[in-house]
Amino acid sequence: MEKYYSHEYDVIVIGAGGAGLRAAIEASAMGAKTALICKSLLGKAHTVMAEGGVAAAFGNVDPQDNWKIHYVDTFKAGKFLNNWRMVELYTKEATERVLELERWGALFDRTPEGKILQRPFGGHSYRRLCHVGDRTGLELIRTLQEHGIHQGFDVFMEMTITRLLKDGKRISGAFGYAREDGRFNLFRAKSVVLATGGLGKLYKITSNSWECTGDGFALAYEAGAELQDMEFVQFHPTGMVWPPGVRGLLVTEAVRGEGGLLKNSLGERFMKNYDPEKMELASRDIVSKAIYQETQAGRGTPHGGVWLDITHVDGAKIKKKLPSMWEQFHKLADLDITKEPMEIGPTTHYMMGGVRVDPETQSTNIAGLYAAGEVGCGLHGATRLGGNSLSDLLVFGKRAGESAGKFALSQKAAPRVNEKEIEDEAKMMLAPFEREGGENPFVIQSALQELMQSKVGIWRSAAPMKEAIDELSKLKEKTAKMGVSGTRLYNPGWHLTRDLPHMLDIAETIARSAYERQESRGAHTRDDFAKPIDETWGKVNQVIRQENGKVVLRKEPVPEMPAELKALFQKEVKKNG
Amino acid sequence: MAETSKLTLRVWRGDPSGGKLVDYQVPREPGMVVLDALHYIQANAAPDLAVRWNCKAAKCGSCSAEVNGRPRLTCKTRLNEFEGQDSITVQPMKAFPIIKDLVTNVSWNYEVAKKIPPLQTAETGSEPWIMHQVDIERVQEFRKCIECFLCQDVCHVLREHHKKNEFAGPRFMVKIASLEMHPKDTGDRLKFIKEEAGIGYCNITKCCTEVCPEDIKITDNSIIPLKERIADRYYDPARWLFRKITGK
Repeated sequence: MEKYYSHEYDVIVIGAGGAGLRAAIEASAMGAKTALICKSLLGKAHTVMAEGGVAAAFGNVDPQDNWKIHYVDTFKAGKFLNNWRMVELYTKEATERVLELERWGALFDRTPEGKILQRPFGGHSYRRLCHVGDRTGLELIRTLQEHGIHQGFDVFMEMTITRLLKDGKRISGAFGYAREDGRFNLFRAKSVVLATGGLGKLYKITSNSWECTGDGFALAYEAGAELQDMEFVQFHPTGMVWPPGVRGLLVTEAVRGEGGLLKNSLGERFMKNYDPEKMELASRDIVSKAIYQETQAGRGTPHGGVWLDITHVDGAKIKKKLPSMWEQFHKLADLDITKEPMEIGPTTHYMMGGVRVDPETQSTNIAGLYAAGEVGCGLHGATRLGGNSLSDLLVFGKRAGESAGKFALSQKAAPRVNEKEIEDEAKMMLAPFEREGGENPFVIQSALQELMQSKVGIWRSAAPMKEAIDELSKLKEKTAKMGVSGTRLYNPGWHLTRDLPHMLDIAETIARSAYERQESRGAHTRDDFAKPIDETWGKVNQVIRQENGKVVLRKEPVPEMPAELKALFQKEVKKNG
Repeated sequence: MAETSKLTLRVWRGDPSGGKLVDYQVPREPGMVVLDALHYIQANAAPDLAVRWNCKAAKCGSCSAEVNGRPRLTCKTRLNEFEGQDSITVQPMKAFPIIKDLVTNVSWNYEVAKKIPPLQTAETGSEPWIMHQVDIERVQEFRKCIECFLCQDVCHVLREHHKKNEFAGPRFMVKIASLEMHPKDTGDRLKFIKEEAGIGYCNITKCCTEVCPEDIKITDNSIIPLKERIADRYYDPARWLFRKITGK
């Protein structure tokens, strides 16, 4: 086969959003020779789009707040499918991770006393989200980037990893290609951290950027790792619906946090019929379903959404607290949000499920492979609370980096790389060039997105999901006939031909897991099984993996919470009672 | 209410060995931006058309190009700005080497970033810092930067005079200012700003400020205050005399 570039590291981190950057910083600090590999330029990962804030129970604004209440809130949203140990570590460590960011240069908005300001958000009992206007993700990624570039790890930009490599049961590296010259690159490594983010691009309407094609889920799955909770895809209640080019683009929950009201075409605050206590700040699954039901009942806006109205709030305050929302609507929709209501609807936003990991170390069932951030699983259960993702990245990014560093440094010999795996991958990558005039990858991609949107979307039932599973296998057959034109130099069509088999594999794990779970819980809503079934489904996570080319799905009991943590919920009852 | 009219997009296609403008027909739809048009071309006419983009929401700063000669984010440039025109031209940023089509090699910027002395703070404990909103507001403006590098592209020192070895460019003046004005920073970067970042090359034409999609007042709020600090340190006659006498 042709020559390829070869690199050798103790630890490679795939993905350079919040989790990947934090992991690389940590692995590097432990003395491991580390590389950070990003599919785009550094600092452009999807973390940059997070708007509302990072949840951490400082109690700066509401002194009653603490990690225990954050723990309870996170579990309630997750409908008790969360991993208790992950939630415990997360809620205890989130504050320290945020303070660390501040020491690295982040500048959060302040309270009058000069502490970090915190805003209310859906499902959080107290004002808990540390933020910078509505560009918190940018602050987070830039801080990690600016700190990270001085920590001594190498960065490979616009490098796409297409396969993980193994030495028996142990990870041995990764293989991929560089966009700027189309050449193959081999990374030999003792540990690999997956921090590749989400999979919104499996759906037609999404808030996610082009990168969110589910690579990490697929890389892990194809290497034999286990995935968990794949039926739980979060549909954020408020995406833009008009004009067509921006359909799905996120409208931050901070709009509701700052007082925005949801109204149907009759001008009613319809949330009173769905969650009269929390109203607009109910958890995301409840609000999304409410919007869906309003539009289905014919009470939607002209373009099939509902109204989000913040015009009653002082215009200067809106521009100060939600500057990028003001700009986004002004520039892209010719709308002044201080004067007119926004038209919004649900948009595919976040994957609660992902690679099954150990709660303390983020290790997978493959020795030397770790996963952190959105590609990991266990913290959020059946629905994620807004603001819990950014602190997830920091807490578990650090833990994954530390574990990967430790494991790599404990290994004397470098694992062997299997040449056959590399040759197979290179062959698969190059095949579409020999089929010029073959199936257009862009057409297959949009068929996939339509299919997932309509049949495995926000409202599910058995028959359409069954059809989706069949249609996915037909699309898989088509990918074997894809063709591309042009050269290997920065070629998006070619790139997509490698993304698609990954995307289809992962779409199948979602459809199968969703088909199997015969109840409604959190973000997973079934028309044919409308109620949660706590005695059975409420006690199991679904785990899916590939075995000899076959898909194997099993139920795994949710780990039992220790008594002292269970007691937190009883106190909660007393307090409210 | 779909507008059915068509628009010709003249897109520069080529690689480091050369290239030319190629015409593509694109249907106009309500609300369409230049990046939508480029995606239409990819999906329907030229799947190998190289375009760098991520968020399509003006938050990541990846899709920079020159639309009718002006540095813009293509995700934020609406086609209806060109009402009455039959065609618009999209070219790569001129200040950076071509990789392919609209994608340029911006790696020089990342090299500059590494050279800038990072935040230095005296307080190392884990106790929460007290900082007041008034003291961080000006730095928050600088931290809005999405690193689209349009300011670097338009800056004549880099674009026309190719002074990449001598001048760090507006983006990094903003970054340096954000460090210098950070309330907890104790570093001193003035020598670096003068000698390595080459602030003297900027003759405050404010082109950078004009193209900034985040509306950062690059020249007024970052470059000029830094120039003033340099002037105070190096060109203040009293200080000059003091240095001359004391040798400090």
